[in-house]
Amino acid sequence: MAGELVFDEVTVRYGRPGRPTVTAVDRASFRVRPGEVVGLVGESGCGKSTLAKLACGLVPAAGGRATFDGTPITPYGLRKRPAQLLRLQMVFQNPYASLNPRRRVAAQLQDARAIHPATAPSVDDLLRSVGLDPALRTRYPHQFSGGQRQRIAIARAMATGPDLLIGDEPIASLDASLQAQVATLMRDVALASDTSLLFISHDLSVVRLIADRVVVMQAGRVVEEGPTEQVWSAPQEAYTQRLLAAIPLADGLGTIPDVAPA
Amino acid sequence: MTLVSTTTRPRRRVPEALRSPLTVVGVVVAAGWLLVVVLGPLLQPADPLAQSPDRLAPLSAAHWFGTDSLGRDVLSRVIAGARISIPLSLLLVALSASVGSLLGAVAGLLGGVVDEVVMRLADLVLAFPTIILAMVVAAALGPSLTNAVIAMLVVTWPQYARVTRSLVLGARDREFVVAGRLLGIGWFTSLRRDVVPNVAGPVFALTTLDFGNAILLLSGLSFLGLGTVPPTPEWGLMVSDGVQNFTAWWVAAFPGLAICSIVLAFNFIGDALRDALDPRMQKAVGSRAL
Amino acid sequence: MSDADGLRISGLTLELRGQRILDGVDLVAPAGQVTGLAGESGSGKTLTGMTVLGLPPAGSVLGGSIEFRGTDLLTLSARQHNALRGEELAMVFQDPTASLHPMISIGGQLTDHVRHHLHLGRAQARARALEVLEQVRVPDPAQALRKYPHEFSGGQLQRIAIGIAIACRPSVLVADEPTTALDVTVQAGVMRLLRDLCDELGLTVLLITHDLAVMSALADTIVVMRHGRVVEHGPRYDVIRDPQHPYTRDLVEALPDHRPRPTGGRP
Repeated sequence: MAGELVFDEVTVRYGRPGRPTVTAVDRASFRVRPGEVVGLVGESGCGKSTLAKLACGLVPAAGGRATFDGTPITPYGLRKRPAQLLRLQMVFQNPYASLNPRRRVAAQLQDARAIHPATAPSVDDLLRSVGLDPALRTRYPHQFSGGQRQRIAIARAMATGPDLLIGDEPIASLDASLQAQVATLMRDVALASDTSLLFISHDLSVVRLIADRVVVMQAGRVVEEGPTEQVWSAPQEAYTQRLLAAIPLADGLGTIPDVAPA
Repeated sequence: MTLVSTTTRPRRRVPEALRSPLTVVGVVVAAGWLLVVVLGPLLQPADPLAQSPDRLAPLSAAHWFGTDSLGRDVLSRVIAGARISIPLSLLLVALSASVGSLLGAVAGLLGGVVDEVVMRLADLVLAFPTIILAMVVAAALGPSLTNAVIAMLVVTWPQYARVTRSLVLGARDREFVVAGRLLGIGWFTSLRRDVVPNVAGPVFALTTLDFGNAILLLSGLSFLGLGTVPPTPEWGLMVSDGVQNFTAWWVAAFPGLAICSIVLAFNFIGDALRDALDPRMQKAVGSRAL
Repeated sequence: MSDADGLRISGLTLELRGQRILDGVDLVAPAGQVTGLAGESGSGKTLTGMTVLGLPPAGSVLGGSIEFRGTDLLTLSARQHNALRGEELAMVFQDPTASLHPMISIGGQLTDHVRHHLHLGRAQARARALEVLEQVRVPDPAQALRKYPHEFSGGQLQRIAIGIAIACRPSVLVADEPTTALDVTVQAGVMRLLRDLCDELGLTVLLITHDLAVMSALADTIVVMRHGRVVEHGPRYDVIRDPQHPYTRDLVEALPDHRPRPTGGRP
């Protein structure tokens, strides 16, 4: 079983000429083991999306090293992505931007199937696996709702036969009633084909629902890491405690979480 | 509101978009002019170059659009002018859009030195008033129709380069373009499959708008003796001739109307095509959710 | 708590290009309370809010009534509604940057607003601006007045946007997904602020959100909407704990379940 992603002391800096550089990720280390579902949580600006970009070869590391099944990940720039790294795929945040508006759904799934045409599931099976009617294959993205588009994006990622799926806030733009549904679907689809899943979200309650392990980031650093239930019930770090305490509960009691300002 | 629309079918989208009254007007006018371009000589009541002592004659049965300062039939000259102005402007716009967009797309996608060189060159051209720079280039090359087109190409490509570059820059980081690259396709396939189809609309709209500018630029150069030369019946030349004889309004008015009608027609068609080419426009009516 | 300052919406309908988008909405939003409008996107909750503000989409055909202080808001002219909005009816949206001008300082935006609506002089307006920023707990209000929107974080901007909304002492505040774009820790603070403002100023707050957890924390009564209709309307506890309508039950069941919060989480 493959699909191991390792971040080893990686640092990512963003810099523009004439402006101070920003360290988005600061010596972060953790790994996603084969077949595992890892939740990466933290507040906006903590560097979690930057890590996803790094894993996809979209930004360079200023220090440390990221590898996928032993292959070092470096920015692909204008070249094609190395074949070994194609087994790492991503589902993006914005369902309205992640599909080409001018191409039919079937054509976009076919593009992804082209990586392993012999073993890839058929377009119809892919659509079925994410709970969509195969008859919708000839439609254009705009004919679907946000939740449906995100399902198609998941199907596209799965069409490549990935070993690791990264979801970068894949449910943040969806209606609340759909968020848990789509997150669970992602987990189920990934597990059904022995794919590891790195699920990035600021929504701790959803992460708790689907992740085996949780990694908590703050200001570019990994501050806590552990099995989901353990982190949830006995958070060790003050930051994690604060984060968990801030989640409002749908208990009908009208309790507003009490959080001391940072 | 944000429900999946079940009634729209992609096959029907062009006819739907073309049903708007303005589009029909545009198509009819443009088709009319196309017919004039094709049939040209058959429609002319007189030789557009033949002079007569009947100068600046007003509208009459013999001369429907009157005559100009040399006694030539204005109607015949407007018809003959269509065969010069329209194909030449179309050619120019096509050339300038192709060259400009290609340079702009490559600059936007590759960035770095290529981007710097192309865009600084574009800035250089845009720093001069269009007509002055076109004059300089045309004068340097010598007055002829071919040189006029080259001169105009030199001054018009930068706007396409600029627009295309900014569109490509915007599209390059869109999630579906990145998703495509993550599937392992190269930059050229990405450009062709994901980027260009999604930026073509605005560029296309620009070409239809630019068609009018091309006609005016051509006329301007002709007026200055750097484009077409008298007695060629070119619309711009005819307008400038009319300006000198402003008491005889028909000399400038009819070629002016000709320019106006073809420019408007192209704008209407361009708008409709842009909408029709964009599948997202299908559900725009009645579905804008708050 | 005077009933006069509350809102009473009866049989509100909205048709747009032949489509019925609001199909007879009935609800009461009493003063000094947070009335929550819940539902998925497309349920009509935002449109209901916009109609209260007098900002329905162009071409809408409205029916029913929205009673506020004995008048039906739907009978007002656009001009009258404009005058009312900003003075009596205020709004806060999901994205605070959308409601703030990027090139005008916070002080400029706040004072212009109060000078226009409350007819205050320059000094008085400034005093009011300071007072308002204090009220929404923006740190160092005097300094904040000189800053521009991009110099603040998302949470601070939402506070400022709420400040601008309440600057003219309105009685109704329509808050459309006011915490959705914020991080959880910041969200908690903004929820606390809205609750306090509602209690202290006796505001009628119409809270529009799809997030039932936020709803449960903030709203006194919850109105669940679907397909332009109210499917459930009741006290917060009843709606969340004992939903009557199958749709509400689905919504509640779709929530990721929570156990009691960790013991270490509270000071």
